[in-house]
Amino acid sequence: MTFRYLPMTDQDKKEMLETIGIETTEELFKDIPEEVRFKGRLEIEEALSEPQLVKEMGRLAAMNKNTKEYASFLGAGVYDHYTPSIVNHMLLRSEFYTAYTPYQPEISQGELQAIFEFQTMICELTGMDVANSSMYDGGTSLAEAGLLSAAQTRRKKIIVSKSVHPESRDVLKTYAKGQRLEVVEVDVENGVTSINELRNAVNEETACVIVQYPNFFGQIEPLKEIEEIIHENKGMFVVSSNPLALGALTPPGKFGADIVVGDAQPFGIAQGFGGPHCGYFAVTSKLMRKVPGRLVGQTVDEDGKRGFVLTLQAREQHIRRDKATSNICSNQALNALAASIAMTAFGKKGVKEVAHQNIQKAQYAKKVLEDKGLRSAFTGPFFNEFVIELKCSAKEVNQTLIESGIIGGYDLGLSYPELKNHMLIAVTEMRTKEEIDQLANVLEGLSCVQNISH
Amino acid sequence: MRTEHQSLIFELSKPGRVGYSIPDLDVPEVNVESIIPSDYLRTEEPELPEVSELQIVRHYTALSNRNHGVDSGFYPLGSCTMKYNPKINEDVARFPGFAHIHPLQDEETVQGAMEMMYRLQTSLAEITGMDEVTLQPAAGAHGEWTGLMMIRAYHEANGDFNRTKVIVPDSAHGTNPASATVAGFESITVKSDERGLVDLEDLKRVVDQDVAALMLTNPNTLGLFEEHILEMAKIVHEAGGKLYYDGANANAILGFARPGDMGFDVVHLNLHKTFTGPHGGGGPGSGPVGVKAELIPFLPKPVLVKEDDVYKFEYNRPQSIGRVKPFYGNFGINVRAFTYIMTMGPDGLHQVSENAVLNANYMMRRLELHFDLPFTQHCKHEFVLSGRRQKKLGVRTLDIAKRLLDFGYHPPTIYFPLSVEEAIMIEPTETESKETLDEFIEKMIQIAKEAEETPELVQEAPHTTVVKRLDEATAARKPVLKYSKQA
Repeated sequence: MTFRYLPMTDQDKKEMLETIGIETTEELFKDIPEEVRFKGRLEIEEALSEPQLVKEMGRLAAMNKNTKEYASFLGAGVYDHYTPSIVNHMLLRSEFYTAYTPYQPEISQGELQAIFEFQTMICELTGMDVANSSMYDGGTSLAEAGLLSAAQTRRKKIIVSKSVHPESRDVLKTYAKGQRLEVVEVDVENGVTSINELRNAVNEETACVIVQYPNFFGQIEPLKEIEEIIHENKGMFVVSSNPLALGALTPPGKFGADIVVGDAQPFGIAQGFGGPHCGYFAVTSKLMRKVPGRLVGQTVDEDGKRGFVLTLQAREQHIRRDKATSNICSNQALNALAASIAMTAFGKKGVKEVAHQNIQKAQYAKKVLEDKGLRSAFTGPFFNEFVIELKCSAKEVNQTLIESGIIGGYDLGLSYPELKNHMLIAVTEMRTKEEIDQLANVLEGLSCVQNISH
Repeated sequence: MRTEHQSLIFELSKPGRVGYSIPDLDVPEVNVESIIPSDYLRTEEPELPEVSELQIVRHYTALSNRNHGVDSGFYPLGSCTMKYNPKINEDVARFPGFAHIHPLQDEETVQGAMEMMYRLQTSLAEITGMDEVTLQPAAGAHGEWTGLMMIRAYHEANGDFNRTKVIVPDSAHGTNPASATVAGFESITVKSDERGLVDLEDLKRVVDQDVAALMLTNPNTLGLFEEHILEMAKIVHEAGGKLYYDGANANAILGFARPGDMGFDVVHLNLHKTFTGPHGGGGPGSGPVGVKAELIPFLPKPVLVKEDDVYKFEYNRPQSIGRVKPFYGNFGINVRAFTYIMTMGPDGLHQVSENAVLNANYMMRRLELHFDLPFTQHCKHEFVLSGRRQKKLGVRTLDIAKRLLDFGYHPPTIYFPLSVEEAIMIEPTETESKETLDEFIEKMIQIAKEAEETPELVQEAPHTTVVKRLDEATAARKPVLKYSKQA
């Protein structure tokens, strides 16, 4: 069989073997000891031609209910947002996606400049001084913020609010275990971090407090009060933020955050069953030399012309090895590019308009659901998500919704036993009034929902 | 490549321009100040650019013209496996049923995605000779850390809390010792011998009861197969340690040898290298980890299982190291890798490694006449030259790399591994034609000649790129990491 990605002909092979001075390619593999040579044929699926492959992969894809065909009210950290058409067109410029890390700046100015622009936009949105070129995702970025805080303060205790994404907290705990750090979780009161509990938990051993803004329930955390508590104890203030929300909300930098992390998925990155997304990591200038991952800096060439390079590399694994600030190498460059293009397309006006539409539509949805007799779990201000109470499991409700062409909200009982039969509903700018009304109507018709108001 | 001045997107900005289009708000508007406290409402607008759609398209097109990818030309960057990125992979990954599904949807609504993942992890287990594979790690370094955390959990489950050391060869990638640190270990270096292989005597010296694991790339970063792998495995296993396989160089051995058969207990693969998930300018990658049976209980959560033809994520794993990433890994990259494996099948993958190794040896034999070759045995998928002969003429490896830019090539990996003076690490991959290799070889020979006759031509390179050599020292001393209007 011949393969379209393999150009070597029999003639090529013959000539190359002659140059090497051997008879067969087998001789090139003689250094693999006989005992470990794999002599069979790999038991994997047989090769498919291109049309067969498209058909088979199409079959697998068609088995999944997707948000292009269903109206999705599912968020919980991953959202269905408007992606300008140009994002995909620019991503398919193959000079970007077939390149690797820009080690040779003279022929990587495009990638380097794009990252420099990404860093700038993240700083603008978060109100921070320095942002890196990206992290794997919001969860690992949050975990790395915990590690940085512990290293910087030389303290071993990380305090995290239970209103932070449960999966991010789980990732943090795994990373903390590696570094033998303690993670303490602080309870939630009316959907936000309990200030009293936080005050009791924070002391001079606390490396950092990590909160999410807007938090996992969509609620806006009282950053002002939290900042005072952690900074009084000279720990680090870490805020995980949906960067789109910062088009409307005061940036964490304004509230004195030391590190702001999150995921840029809302900007032009497909939900993609949870990845790849794009973590971001932003800090105050004081922490510039402690940042994990890659940083791009501006400089000049021999002729004084502006150019960009990877910089402050003395922090990184390929230079510092076991003393590096992180082990991260490949990150999410292409997705940072996607986010940059989307942020550019939205621009100053769009990011505000889109963020405000999220607020308005979520407000409207909450109101119509309440009008149908559903109860909201929390009373505080929120961005584009809110929690409603059900009489039965969210899973059951979702099974009915999907038949009406709706992907329902997140079943909070899965990660918060105390919120059994509660659903987290996300409403982005993509949801129309009609879809929201339909959600309300379908819910109203469900027996397990109706009981609530009576 | 274009050489004119390139504006930053912020410099094109003019108030009033937009590059997006969303419908007007279709729900009754409430006064936002009545629902969100004023302290939390943004007053100062973020300085994002205000540009039109065509301006954005021109800008990013211009940037792409200032970038070199595999599609632009030969990219023999050693240890990075810069092979062709199939276009069909990109199409498939964008199918709505893959791109536009939410990770927290009911499992019944995403069985096709889960089936794809299951078939991929099963294929990777077979290719590596391991018993089970997790697709969760986002990249190679993330996989290393995940694997080491599992090894640590394994030892601790055996009541063994004193294994504090991870051994890495002096030729290892920097991520190996860095990952060991993040996983809470101390890394110990083992030396290479005169043939570029791990020095068995030194290995015996450093291996003791404190050893948790040995991390090894095989073939190693010199492109040489560690022939004594079974003895090494024996030394480490007898001391109670585990063997970790860094899959960065797996492109050399597909269908020829499997880490699982060499005694490795944990393996990671870089799907963006060997399995064509594109490199993306530095990610996203994907770094699945395979393990032998005794490490299965420690796999990160959730574990994807198949029961009566239904795919499920299993969370009840009491000995698991926990979560390493939200959701289920870089799914989109995994779709691409699976598409590639289905394109090649068992015979195709075997041929991939055979051709990759033949290409590398061919280049090595032709270039050894003009550059020093520190290790002369047959190589696997890559080889390392030394530029020390040219250095004596005043031409450094860096200069050679920069001169290659003038000919439209991405240079090889340089100054790595650290054990070779003025290292030039070349990995052609199997997707390059003999003509491409020959043209590159001719240019390398020309540069070797220039180093003797007109060294300044090489020393002052590049001559044709959009910028000349950049001042990296100033960039690090006075960092400018973002655009600001005043600057």
